[in-house]
Amino acid sequence: MTRLLNAEHLRASYRTPDGREVTAVDDVSVYIDEGEVLGVAGESGCGKTTLGSIISLTARPPLYVDSGTLEIDGKVQDLGGNRQVERTWRGSIVSFLPQGAMNAVSPTMRVRDLVYDVVRAHDGSIKKDEALDRARDRLTSLGLPARALDAYPHQLSGGMKQRTVTIISTLLNPRLLIADEPTSALDVSSQKALCDMLLEMLEKRIIYGVVFVTHDLPVLREVANRIAVMYAGKIVEIGGAAELTERPRHPYSAALLGSVLSPEPRYRRIRVAGIPGAPPNLANPPAGCRFHPRCGVSYPECHTEEPPHVGDELRFSKCFWAQKHPGEAVPLQKVTSDDINAGDITADGYVHGENEPEDATTTTVAEVSA
Amino acid sequence: MTTLLEAKDITKTFGHGKHIVEAVKSVSFALEENEVVTIVGESGSGKSTVARMVLGLLPITSGTMTFRGNDVTHVKGKERTAYWREVQAVFQDPFASFNQFFTVRRLLNRSLRLLDEQVGADRMEESLGHVGLRPADVLDRHPHQLSGGQRQRIMIARALMLHPKMLVADEATSMLDASLRVNILNVLHGLRDEVGLTVLFITHDIGQACYLADRILVMEHGIMVEQGKTDDVIFNPQHEYTQRLLSDVPKLHEGADTDWSSEGVPQPVLER
Repeated sequence: MTRLLNAEHLRASYRTPDGREVTAVDDVSVYIDEGEVLGVAGESGCGKTTLGSIISLTARPPLYVDSGTLEIDGKVQDLGGNRQVERTWRGSIVSFLPQGAMNAVSPTMRVRDLVYDVVRAHDGSIKKDEALDRARDRLTSLGLPARALDAYPHQLSGGMKQRTVTIISTLLNPRLLIADEPTSALDVSSQKALCDMLLEMLEKRIIYGVVFVTHDLPVLREVANRIAVMYAGKIVEIGGAAELTERPRHPYSAALLGSVLSPEPRYRRIRVAGIPGAPPNLANPPAGCRFHPRCGVSYPECHTEEPPHVGDELRFSKCFWAQKHPGEAVPLQKVTSDDINAGDITADGYVHGENEPEDATTTTVAEVSA
Repeated sequence: MTTLLEAKDITKTFGHGKHIVEAVKSVSFALEENEVVTIVGESGSGKSTVARMVLGLLPITSGTMTFRGNDVTHVKGKERTAYWREVQAVFQDPFASFNQFFTVRRLLNRSLRLLDEQVGADRMEESLGHVGLRPADVLDRHPHQLSGGQRQRIMIARALMLHPKMLVADEATSMLDASLRVNILNVLHGLRDEVGLTVLFITHDIGQACYLADRILVMEHGIMVEQGKTDDVIFNPQHEYTQRLLSDVPKLHEGADTDWSSEGVPQPVLER
């Protein structure tokens, strides 16, 4: 597999005129192979969107990139300080689909006017017909009606609008698409249609990689190859989508997974507790592991020391628990769920560590479903 | 169980003549006391229109609606105010439903205009307690100092201050993170058990409906295609549309249909 994107040691902060500084992305490195979808998950305020705007080169004041390098197709771009990024990179090498993009289409213009605007901004000599032909071909090849181009935004449904703007954002054949919460405002059927379309675009080599930012883990499980979980400005765990959702190695990933609700019989019987508390204020992040105040399996060293990097580049977790329990998955219920029928089930499903206290009433989510 | 609200063949049309749109077509349902009922359906299926008609925010084109035996199809004026004391609502966007210049205390006080001054202060603290917030923490804050989940809980507390019999939650959790979402659902669930509240919960997320609801109503293009007990509707769906909705839900654990997942590590079978 060829490496598409290599982003290293990204660090960016929001600065206010009165001199305050909040580091929203703190030493994050990610890479994407060709044909891959990288999911970025986490709660609101964890720096997911900020990471997306750094990679898409759209960081604007009050967001300042402090350091980091971006390598796409062997071309290296240093992002730190006041370095100017070549204008041709945006839109044609990396393209950004911002959150709520479907609501950003001007209500008084037809979709085709937006298409022409986008294409002309990058190629001043292009004829309007050419631009529209290109868009029409793209729409039909992805199974959307070409009449969407002649419609006003209010004439399209939410799912259709989102798919249309996604296509417009990739008209310039970017290598990489950064999609920020593309599915969050859609219902399940439109979500599925959008995800299928993204995968089809990858297959047809319209784009070569996607960074998919969302808080919705089940969607990532379906669409992403790998998932990076962010917490308080850092990536706490990375792994293959199936591997990470089945066997999380960081308590935060487990907690996120634990608060997912699916239409499965076991959710009729258990109470899910969610994650206690809220993400920390990044102006003053907690010492040690940033998740320790909300963590159910924390150790004394978590409060003071920076957590170790456990695993390799492909699959790692930044956690003391993971270091002490090599190869094990974090038991979901330890961090989140609380079984209302605890008396019915007594067996213990996950492999627990030897040094953990045995608790007869604790059951794993796996057991409840059995 | 007694019936709290009953809707018979309610219909809502928008527009006139050629441009007529039937948003809700002859929908009938009943809500019992002390139960959580969820309406699911995709965008544009008319579920929010039903909620607005139940709340008396949209006039009903035809059909009848009764609340505790009284006809409330076309309530107006004082009667409608009285109806709102019994039926309260929480809306989708916790960011838009606040006046950002008001403290939480002032916001909640304004809702008490429907009640006597006397009971106000007690009710405020009591209802904040129901949603798991400490009055001292939130009352003197402005909305921008609160998280999305806290705001939505305050909106629920606001509704609860009037001691309503019924709460209509229109997509109340769809703007929130998964973990906050669970909190709100647990609050609603607790209210049913503690206060005996009837909740009409509108969502497009079958996962949430499955977790929360006693009964589920499924809507497609303004028609109610299926209704019944949650277990029956979700685990034994009869209508084609319900089956499609269910199959579109992204699954977290799907077994080994992905080849890059295994690297020699035996995968624990989580379910099925």
